[in-house]
Amino acid sequence: MCVLVPAEDSNEEEMCAVEEEAGFCEIEGAADNATLVQSKHHEAHFYDFHIVYSSSFRVPVLYFRAYCSDGRPLLLNDIEKDLPACSSKVLLETKWSFITLEEHPFLNRPWYKLHPCGTSEWMKLLCLGDEVAAKNGLAIELYLVSWFSVVGQVVGLKTPLEMVKSQRN
Amino acid sequence: MMEAQKYVWEGAIPLQIHLHESEITSLPPPSPALILAPRIGYLPLLLPLIKPYFSSTLPPGQDTLWFDYKGLPLKWYIPTGVLFDLLCAEPERPWNLTVHFRGYPSNLLIPCEGEESVKWSFINSLKEADYIINGNCKNVMNMSQSDQVELWRSVMDGNLDKYIRSSSKLKLGTVTTAEADMVGQVKAGKIPVRLYVWSVNEDFEDMEDAPEVDNWDQISYINRPLEIHKEGKYFTLHDALKNLLPEFFAGKPLINDKPCIEESEDFQKVSSEDVGSSTGAEEGKEIFSQPMESCCNDAEIKLIRIQGIEPKLEIPFSWVVNQLKES
Repeated sequence: MCVLVPAEDSNEEEMCAVEEEAGFCEIEGAADNATLVQSKHHEAHFYDFHIVYSSSFRVPVLYFRAYCSDGRPLLLNDIEKDLPACSSKVLLETKWSFITLEEHPFLNRPWYKLHPCGTSEWMKLLCLGDEVAAKNGLAIELYLVSWFSVVGQVVGLKTPLEMVKSQRN
Repeated sequence: MMEAQKYVWEGAIPLQIHLHESEITSLPPPSPALILAPRIGYLPLLLPLIKPYFSSTLPPGQDTLWFDYKGLPLKWYIPTGVLFDLLCAEPERPWNLTVHFRGYPSNLLIPCEGEESVKWSFINSLKEADYIINGNCKNVMNMSQSDQVELWRSVMDGNLDKYIRSSSKLKLGTVTTAEADMVGQVKAGKIPVRLYVWSVNEDFEDMEDAPEVDNWDQISYINRPLEIHKEGKYFTLHDALKNLLPEFFAGKPLINDKPCIEESEDFQKVSSEDVGSSTGAEEGKEIFSQPMESCCNDAEIKLIRIQGIEPKLEIPFSWVVNQLKES
């Protein structure tokens, strides 16, 4: 389940669910393009991802948590084992230090958070080659898809190409 | 101007700390610890003062310190003064808290590994304030290790002068000048603000009759920078609140009854840059948690508290900012 907080103008307390987006889904058996992640003990792991807008950093921030079917939360090293090899390598090398356990801004519970510090910098780099963006700025949907294509990799989520294409049309 | 800053930094809350009954293994049970906790401080930092009272009676095991107030686990990264202003509608003196050394509720509270965790949380807040004021975290990131240590020490020791010296190296910008301050003017820019709003569903007359906070879900946390667009305009605390909490002000004239504001802890981070002002020290400020109690149905703001004071809404916001900057 993903909760998308619309950017800039809206009240930060508003949350609306985005259900149709392909990349943003709970990794569990039910969804079409989700995968059931199984450990050696044939245990199902569930992941929740939330995207929350940070007024301070003016960028979206990824929060996530993982748990077993009995509700027992998973620790970072368990999560790492679930990730595809390339993601965990990336995590180990660079981004691991940027994942911290912090309080979810609305849910009053500890969630893992991917730090927003560098986001606006690498987003600028990402959009550098785009003439349209340079002229008109980037539509929110396109921004989010681009943002997610980078951030999702850290947690092993790939953004389908169709999604990017459909947003651009 | 320094006066108010000094008062804030010297403010303290008398605590009466009881060990949770499940952790008492001796008879007679230990007496509660009486500790004076700085408003600008954090509960986990009180460990060295508290531990001696209870170490002989604790069950075997490793210490994982946490506190609760009437059953509500306390978020350790919120400054003590803010917690007090927020959770005690009618100030309780001393404030009775329960301490635990075992059974950390990690499903509810983020982990705290002592001083390091608290320092980390503080520095992160500083980075956030830096980002809000300057658009980047460079000032904080570029601080030398020793400067950071010194800054943190000054917070731990409650040493305002040392803090001002340390934070001067940060250069976090200015909010206004002393002269402008007099007429309530503010510079255009952003001010980091954190507000805690406690919403209640029932009306009550006196603070003593206020219900208790039994769940953090009753409290909204608003972490949003305040944007000052128009320079030179008289900007009051009321204006600031209206900006941050529009839903409480829709269609209402200035509040008539009980205008109180809770602004707990302004985190102050910043340098004492003199910008053409003789008194100097205008620093960015992060107004930390303003506990506010309000009735949901009428959206009537009943009480606003800042560092335990209940200021009038008409006062110039910049004055508030400047007085509380150092916190």
